[in-house]
Order: sequence, then C-alpha cells, then structure tokens
Amino acid sequence: MTIKNTQPLSLRVPEPSGRPGDAPDFSHLQLDPAGVVERPEVSSAPYDMRDHAFRLVRVLDDEGRAVGPWNPKLDPDTLRRGLKAMILTRAFDDRMHRAHRQGKTSFYMKCTGEEAIAVAQGMLLSREDMGFPTYRQQGLLIARGYPLATMMNQIYSNAEDPIKGRQLPIMYSAKDFGFFTISGNLGTQYPQAVGWAMASAYRGDDKIAITWIGDGSTAESDFHSALTFASVYRAPVILNIVNNQWAISSFQGIAGGLETTFASKAIGYGLPALRVDGNDFLAVWAATAWAEERARTNQGATVIELFTYRGAPHSTSDDPSRYRPGDEHEKWPLGDPLERLRQHLTVIGEWSDDQHAEALKDAVEEVRAAAKESEAIGTLGQSRPSVKTMFEEVYATEDWRLVEQRREVGV
Amino acid sequence: MTDQTFTEADRTDGLEPDMADQNHAPASTPGAATNGDAPSIQPMNMIQALNSALDIKMAEDPTVLSFGEDAGYFGGVFRVTDKLQQKHGLTRSFDAPISETGIVGAAIGMAAYGLRPVVEIQFADYIYPAYDQIVSEAAKMRYRSGGQFTSPLTIRSPYGGGIFGGQTHSQSPESLFTHIAGLKVVIPSNPYDAKGLLTSAIEDDDPVVFFEPKRLYNGPFDGWHEKPVSPWKAQDLAQVPTGKYVEPIGKARVMKDGGDVTILAYGTMVWVALAGAEHAGVDAEVIDLRTLVPLDIETIEASVKKTGRCVIVHEAPRTSGFGGELSALVQERCFYHLEAPIARVTGWDTPYPHAFEWEYFPGPQRVADALKSVMSGGR
Repeated sequence: MTIKNTQPLSLRVPEPSGRPGDAPDFSHLQLDPAGVVERPEVSSAPYDMRDHAFRLVRVLDDEGRAVGPWNPKLDPDTLRRGLKAMILTRAFDDRMHRAHRQGKTSFYMKCTGEEAIAVAQGMLLSREDMGFPTYRQQGLLIARGYPLATMMNQIYSNAEDPIKGRQLPIMYSAKDFGFFTISGNLGTQYPQAVGWAMASAYRGDDKIAITWIGDGSTAESDFHSALTFASVYRAPVILNIVNNQWAISSFQGIAGGLETTFASKAIGYGLPALRVDGNDFLAVWAATAWAEERARTNQGATVIELFTYRGAPHSTSDDPSRYRPGDEHEKWPLGDPLERLRQHLTVIGEWSDDQHAEALKDAVEEVRAAAKESEAIGTLGQSRPSVKTMFEEVYATEDWRLVEQRREVGV
Repeated sequence: MTDQTFTEADRTDGLEPDMADQNHAPASTPGAATNGDAPSIQPMNMIQALNSALDIKMAEDPTVLSFGEDAGYFGGVFRVTDKLQQKHGLTRSFDAPISETGIVGAAIGMAAYGLRPVVEIQFADYIYPAYDQIVSEAAKMRYRSGGQFTSPLTIRSPYGGGIFGGQTHSQSPESLFTHIAGLKVVIPSNPYDAKGLLTSAIEDDDPVVFFEPKRLYNGPFDGWHEKPVSPWKAQDLAQVPTGKYVEPIGKARVMKDGGDVTILAYGTMVWVALAGAEHAGVDAEVIDLRTLVPLDIETIEASVKKTGRCVIVHEAPRTSGFGGELSALVQERCFYHLEAPIARVTGWDTPYPHAFEWEYFPGPQRVADALKSVMSGGR
C-alpha cells in the first residue's frame, strides 16, 4: 500500500514566543510551584525518577519561604555568604562591562541572572573537586575568594595576567581554585570533565568533577560523547546544563528545547536527571548536594538542568534588542536570584534593607579597589607580559623553531 | 566507524605464520629490565614492539593506562594492546565506546588530572571526529593555561596505505597535525624505533600524535608489491631489547649513508626510498625523520649540504603535505648548496583509491625516476 501525501511536506523551523516589539510570553512554560517535587533517594535508579526530568525542583516560594523536601536547611551565615557572593559577582560584571565600554578591554561576558548557579555550586563543592566551566561561571571563582584584581589582570591582558596575555578576556584558568582552563570551543570541557572524574575513580581518589554547558551547546557532539562515557564508566561527575533560554540570538528551541526538556536527554543515557529552578539558590544547592552525594558514593553521574534566563547580552559584542523582546528578562517568571535569596533571608529575619544596601555598597567598593589595583598595572594595550612569553609553554621546552622565531621578533 | 571485515583481512597480510603466532604471545617480558634480569634481545615485529613498550610502561608507572575501541579485552584490531588487560587489569586497558572525540576528550581530562593516558584511534582515517579535542584542547592546554594544566597524552593510530584499504583505511593525515602548535608528531618505521619512540612519547610531557604505519606492522615493505614480503626478523632493526629503552623524540635516523642525494622519508616510505635508491643505482643518503615535530633540522641540513640534492617522499597527498614544509626548509637553509630543484614524490591530490592502489602509492619506481631526474639537474 502506498501512503500518499494529503498535503506537500513542509519544513518546520522553531521560532521563539516573542521577538523585538512583542510582549514577552512565557505561557508555554510549565513551572512547578515550590516544594511540590519530591526528593528521591540518592540511590534511586534513573528509571524510577524519570519524572524529575520534566518537573522543576524549587525551594523558595513566592513569599520567600523555603518549602518542601528539597530545602537544604542552610544556616543563615551560608545564605548570607551566598547572597554576598552573588552581589559581588554582579558588581564585578557591571564594572567590567563598563570597562569594555571605556575601551579598557576588548571583550566581556556577564552572567546576569545566572549568579545563583556557579556561586552555590562553587561554595558547596571543594576546590579539590575540579570544575570544568564555560565562560559564564565567573561566580565560582568569586564565591571561592579568587582575587578580583587577578581576574581583571586577565581581562586586561596586563603584565600580571596569570595566563600571560595569551587568552581572550574571561577565559580564566585557576587550578588551585578547582577551575579548569576555559576554552573558546564549546562543549569540549564536557568529556574532559568525565575523563577527569574517571581518572579520580581509577586512582581510588575521593574527588569528583563538575562541569557546565549551555542549552545551545548541548547540540555539540561532545555533549553526547560525555554522557555516553559518564554512563558507561559510571564517572563521578556532575553534568550541569545551564538553560538560560538563549544561545546568542538563537532561542533554546533551536537546540531542541521545544520537543523535550534538556534534563530529559539524560534518560536515554541511563543517567539520573534533575530539572531545577536556576534562580533559586536553595534549589541549586540542594540538587547539587544530591548529585554530589551520588558521585562521592560511587553511584555515578547526575545531569542537572538549571532553568534560568540570560539577563544580559550574550557578550559585549551582542545586542539582544535585535532578536528578543526588550523586557523579557524583567518578566521572567522565576525572577532574579539575588532578589529571591534576599527576600528569603529577610523573611527568616536574617537580613535587612540596611544590610542589603551596605552589602551592595561593600561589593562596589571591593570591585573598585580591585580595579584600582589592576588598572595601576595597566589596562589592555597599556601593559602586557613580555613578548618573549608569547613563545613559551607551547611545549614543555622550546624547540628550535620557536627559538628561531623568537629571535626573529627580536626577543 | 570500524570495518571488522577489512581489519581481519589486513591483519594477516604479509605476515609470516610464525610471526602471526607470536602476535598472540608478546615476546617482551615487562619488568625484565627492572627486576635485575639480564636484558635480552628478541626479534619482534612492530606490533610486538609497540605492545612491549606499553606493557613495560604500564608495569612501571601506575598513571599509564590504555584505552580505545576494541583495545581492551580483544587487544586491538591490530593486536597492539594484546593481553594488556589480562596482565594489568580491567581499569588499566579497556574498551571504549565508538566515539573518537569522547576517547580523546576523556584522555585530556585524565591527563589534566595527572595520568598519562595512551589512547588508540583505530585508524588515522577516523581521527577527524577528535580533531577539535586534539587541536583546540590538547595542543593548547599548556599555553592557554599559562602552564597550569598540561596534556601528557599519547594518541596512537595506525596510518598509511599500501594495503588495499581504500579511502578510509589508508590515509596519512600527518600534516593536519604538524601544522598545529603544541603537538608533537612521531612516525616510526621499524620495531626498534617503534618501541623506543612510543616509550618516549608516553613519558613526554606534551601531547604526542603517534602514527603507526600499519603496512609495516608485520614486516618491512619496500613497495615492490609483486614480490614476496620479507619478515621483520631478518632485519637488524627488528632485534628489540625486551627491557626498557628510549629513542629520543626529535632525532632522525640515517638509514643509509650516501653522497649523491638526500632522501627525506618517514614511515613506510623509508623502505620504499631505500628500494628506490637501489633500483636507480644512485648513492643516496636515506634519512628516516622519525619525528616530524620537533624536526631534526640539523641532520637534514648537514646531509643536503653534503649531497646538494634532495628528494622528499611521503604517502600523503602533495598539496600542503609535510613535504612542502620540508622543501621550504631545505630551500631556505641549503639554497647555495643545491644543485637541482628539490623533488617531491608523494600521493596524488586525490582521495586514496581502492582499485588504483599501486598507481597512487608512491613506489620505488617513482622514487627512482625522481632520483634520476634530480641527478640530471631536475630536467
């Protein structure tokens, strides 16, 4: 029997719910209220927790109360440290974005709206656990107390840049802080994190790896290879997918997000998946702690989709008003991670407006002091490492070509 | 990406029966050099020599591990990792999913942790899915991190033609790696060097792409394809110490002294060059480069300045092949000593064909023709 077309075939190209000039429309999102998603046993079989890939783990409700089984019950000091680290991250971003506008550097990328993710996870895991970040996890360094001036030295490629002026701004590398060298090539760090975790397991170590990828980059082949390897070798790794809805100008539907959730992709690999409110510091903390326990007890990897919104332009080279509604971020139904944690701390009587104002002021002051320190060394073009270092560390030792070429440059 | 049927057929190609048996019982005894036993020398084919290098390094250094497609239990489609799992354990030598980018990506993570992984890409023709990981990551790790992270890994891969491998079991992609700052590229041409160089590659703190000429796995091949294939055991360079030794990366081997012309070759082409020179009756100095990066420029320069002529031989296509780099270097450094244009005998600028194996493969006749041409001033 021949099946005949009732109408000609047609090609579907997904489109976002709003374009410039449109009112933001988030009616398609299915968001669980806080506290309703159950917390499975850490030893749960991935098969038995498939629903979690389609739900949304949330702890903070609209009134700022911590509710439900995922409440990590953090002490107020930890919460305050988290809030301050997020405030500092945002202040740092604002300052460096402005530094770019002032011509002090060539490039910058903010993480506005996503601060809770790297800050909570950076605080929770140890520096001994290696993080394999993308370019939008600066909160990890800041939460761990990495010197802001050193971050700026990298951004300015000045004489004190720890990676010697070789890399584009924000491609940090901080081994002692559990922060793997950032690459411009998307997705490559995902299988590397799995390999690092495999190495830890191979050596009978107690360290785990954690990595991040954006919604857009899940389409890279390395995403697939990483999940395959993580599953096959039961690697102790936490595989985060930061779904901030946008990959430069492409909405997450172009990466396959309309058909299913990103978390659900784990199911086909036999990995447990959690889908989490990425703007809820407590939910991020709790889900990561769940995955951490799973990894440390030799039960393997967890995929965590962190549902959030990229509040800022993709980078200083990007203008989001050309592809999305201008006020989409303000209308984002999961709000702002800083405001939500602030509200919670206030509700439990551990934070006040005065404290908040002071924290904002302190953060700006800390960033300003770091900028002063870094800019005294020099901004882009005013100061840089010795040109000689351009030829170093290509290999463990310089070969004759590099010696000759270095001499050709006259250094 | 694996064609098992093909590899089964290829594995016995040119292999003497007794050598085939030895393949299943590696000749080397790991630890022989370290436990006080007198080191001994045994004839080995290239597979056994490579296996011995891995075996010894794994016995000596717990950070060395080996994995790849079919490289664990089965011991590799070419047997290079034979018995390593049985000897050193499941987690030291294991099978990997068919994902070249996953294999290399995981190895990079392991190397960053502090291990020295040796991974196998079943055929060089299938290394391309891992190209991003090799080029963008392994090669640049030390540089981009200011030395905080390094990639001491070895990527082994059978390469080269002359085996009726067609388009995807014959390629020689070395120039795609020699072009990349941060990578070392090593290609042995005999069992002795294969073991010594692989040992060096594993110990090297930089990422090494280690191409193994599969045409030479079971015996030297001079390109006279209609003649019977000789076994390795008749060759001096197949007399391999069973204990540990290293051959330096970055040092060429002069295979034959000569005064008339310098031939630069590597891999299978070393043996073709020797045969071509003999066929032409030319007193050629044949240099086996052994490592393309770093290159032993001193040996090359001294030889060409002595002979005044240079012929470059490789299997890879001509355009942008490594021969172009060699030719440029020789021209830059030996211009006033050159008595004829530098000649290149290479694969054609076509995909590697199946039916036209011997028209494509740069054989001894083509080498001889080039030598005669160069000796008559390039006309």
